[in-house]
Amino acid sequence: MNVSLFITCVSDLFYPNVGKSVVGLLEHQGAGVDFPEEQTCCGQPAFNTGYYDETRTAAKHLIKVFENSEYIVSPSGSCVSMVRHFYPKLFEDDANWQSRVKSLGERIYEFSEFMIKVLKVTSLDATFPGVATYHQSCHMSRGIGVIDEPLQLLKMVNGLELKDLPYKEDCCGFGGTFAVKMHEISEKMVAEKAQHIQSTGAQYLVGSDMACLMNIGGYMHRHKMPVCVYHVAELLYEGVTKSENKQSTVS
Amino acid sequence: MKTSNLPFHERVDTAFQDDFLQESLKKAQEKFRTGKANTYKPLGDPERWRKRAEEIRKHTIDNLDYYLDILANNIEKRGGKVFFAKTAAEASQYVTDLARSKAVKTVVKSKSMISEEIHLNQALEKLGADVIETDLGEYIIQLAGETPSHIIVPAIHKNRKQIAELLSKVAGKELPDDPPGLYQFARKVLREKFLQADLGISGCNFAVAETGSLLLVTNEGNGRFTTTFPKAHVIMMGMERIVPRWKDLDTLITLLPRAATGQKITTYLTAISGPRSENDIDGPEELHFVIVDNGRLNAVGSKYQEILHCIRCGACLNICPVYRHIGGHAYGSVYSGPIGAVLSPVISGFDDWSELPYASSLCGACTDACPVRIPLHEMLVDLRHDQIEQKLSPVTERMAFKMFGKMTATPKYYTTGLKAGKTMLNLFSSREGIEGGVGKLKNWTNERTFPSPAPQSFRSWWKSRKKNNDVKEV
Repeated sequence: MNVSLFITCVSDLFYPNVGKSVVGLLEHQGAGVDFPEEQTCCGQPAFNTGYYDETRTAAKHLIKVFENSEYIVSPSGSCVSMVRHFYPKLFEDDANWQSRVKSLGERIYEFSEFMIKVLKVTSLDATFPGVATYHQSCHMSRGIGVIDEPLQLLKMVNGLELKDLPYKEDCCGFGGTFAVKMHEISEKMVAEKAQHIQSTGAQYLVGSDMACLMNIGGYMHRHKMPVCVYHVAELLYEGVTKSENKQSTVS
Repeated sequence: MKTSNLPFHERVDTAFQDDFLQESLKKAQEKFRTGKANTYKPLGDPERWRKRAEEIRKHTIDNLDYYLDILANNIEKRGGKVFFAKTAAEASQYVTDLARSKAVKTVVKSKSMISEEIHLNQALEKLGADVIETDLGEYIIQLAGETPSHIIVPAIHKNRKQIAELLSKVAGKELPDDPPGLYQFARKVLREKFLQADLGISGCNFAVAETGSLLLVTNEGNGRFTTTFPKAHVIMMGMERIVPRWKDLDTLITLLPRAATGQKITTYLTAISGPRSENDIDGPEELHFVIVDNGRLNAVGSKYQEILHCIRCGACLNICPVYRHIGGHAYGSVYSGPIGAVLSPVISGFDDWSELPYASSLCGACTDACPVRIPLHEMLVDLRHDQIEQKLSPVTERMAFKMFGKMTATPKYYTTGLKAGKTMLNLFSSREGIEGGVGKLKNWTNERTFPSPAPQSFRSWWKSRKKNNDVKEV
């Protein structure tokens, strides 16, 4: 099976470790991974601010870049929701692009969704001792309906205790340009989210969208709240690596 | 519809400084969310109900002219009068003319958002009439000289101390701030007014076309007094508040109180078909339906038509994290929360409401909560788009996104752009990340650390990895 990685702009520039972890895990599962180097951004920053023409430009490029990919996997529920849900809306009057848009939407998967639904992963040899809580992200949960998959994966990790996050369906306050345009409101929202996370007593905050995690993590860092932030893929890959190292020490 | 002349950010600041408001909104949302979940449960599959409700609303609004015609005919058949008001001014004029012709001295009102929208009270007060809101929440904010801060809980921002002070002024003596005592006092005052009133004005939750009937959904009983005691009853109705048949109402009335206050049913459901007939022992002699457009027709046939599906339950306010933090007054419109952020500019343009579409993180909780499935958060993005089309967005932003578009289509520019961004961000970086910066970056770092760009981007790591692998394979 061949999988193309759509890294997303945020992970490419700020969180390359997320991409490396996704590559590591997919290869660990026996998939061949490629990274079409011509890829750019899905266009979501422009879309959410209302710039539809610019988003279409970005979308057409993304469609072309991944036209020949069997599967596309991305470590962001939000970007996948953009492609699956909003690209069709942007091209609803453009018969030439509709089928290409539809085809991309059918081949693109969020990372956890792909692991569970396509690769049908049921167990992982992974160890990661500690207490974690999971932030479900709005576009991932409401946009593409992926809520349980990341939790199923996290439950496969030995030693990891998962604490339920109160008000988990609440937005963290990121919202793209909202975070800077309406920063006072965004700050109140992220402060509330950070408080809920702290109330769980978790050492690790795990999520599936680096933009949300950048927001929450940035707030917690500034306010010296001792919580480490992980993308699901990072935690799993570190867990798999830990298990492997342990085994090689034993043998 | 406008409720404040202050700029949006100042209104937001005012809300942030009001500790009681913050606490009260949090508690109310908590209560409504739990209530809603509990009362939806026995419905089985809530999605089926929502879809059915959406179908009913869609069918009705798609055929709005047809059903309004049936409604008007049936109202007239039962002896009621119908007035179609194109504008707020026309609607106000009709009611004030009526009040003047009857030399009305006292007007009692049960809750009506549309009368808030068209500022009807002020128009009637100019005639010298005593206008009294009889919904307890509305009465309180009327005494305070304010506007509702929630569609269904208008005085959500008032605490009991403030309420006691307001009612003490009416009493002419200090009343203790205990709720049962305050209720009793308000009840006594309002009873007197009901007996004195010569005109009753109500809102309209639904108008049933097939019988020309009004349906009121209330909890306090003031609606029945308002519509029964005075000799004339005026119904203020937004032109979209219509259902074809009683059968359709069944679905909507099952969802409305659940979505609104987490109640299976409200204390009172009042159906009124026509004025008092010969055999009736009570009821008004005259009944007037004032059916108001005031910009609603702008939405018909547009991408915002579904906003007319709204049944004013307030479920989107009860879930919205932005509303939870800024409250209703910050929106500057009588309609607040996600519905207000869409409805206000759709029916009256961007002049007063340009910020509202941006007052959302687009989390989609409103769309999920809506009992008639209005895609509120998607409409907010469309409204942002409309502002760009009308060149209302800042020039710098338009230029930035133009460049963004070009970059995303040209990998070479994109990589160069990323590199430039990285160089710029590194100027502000320390080992801890970015804590300062300028412009929009500063807005982020006000309360949050911004990450420094990674020393090696993913794509450059991939390149070097590929190179190494190729070398190995050779």
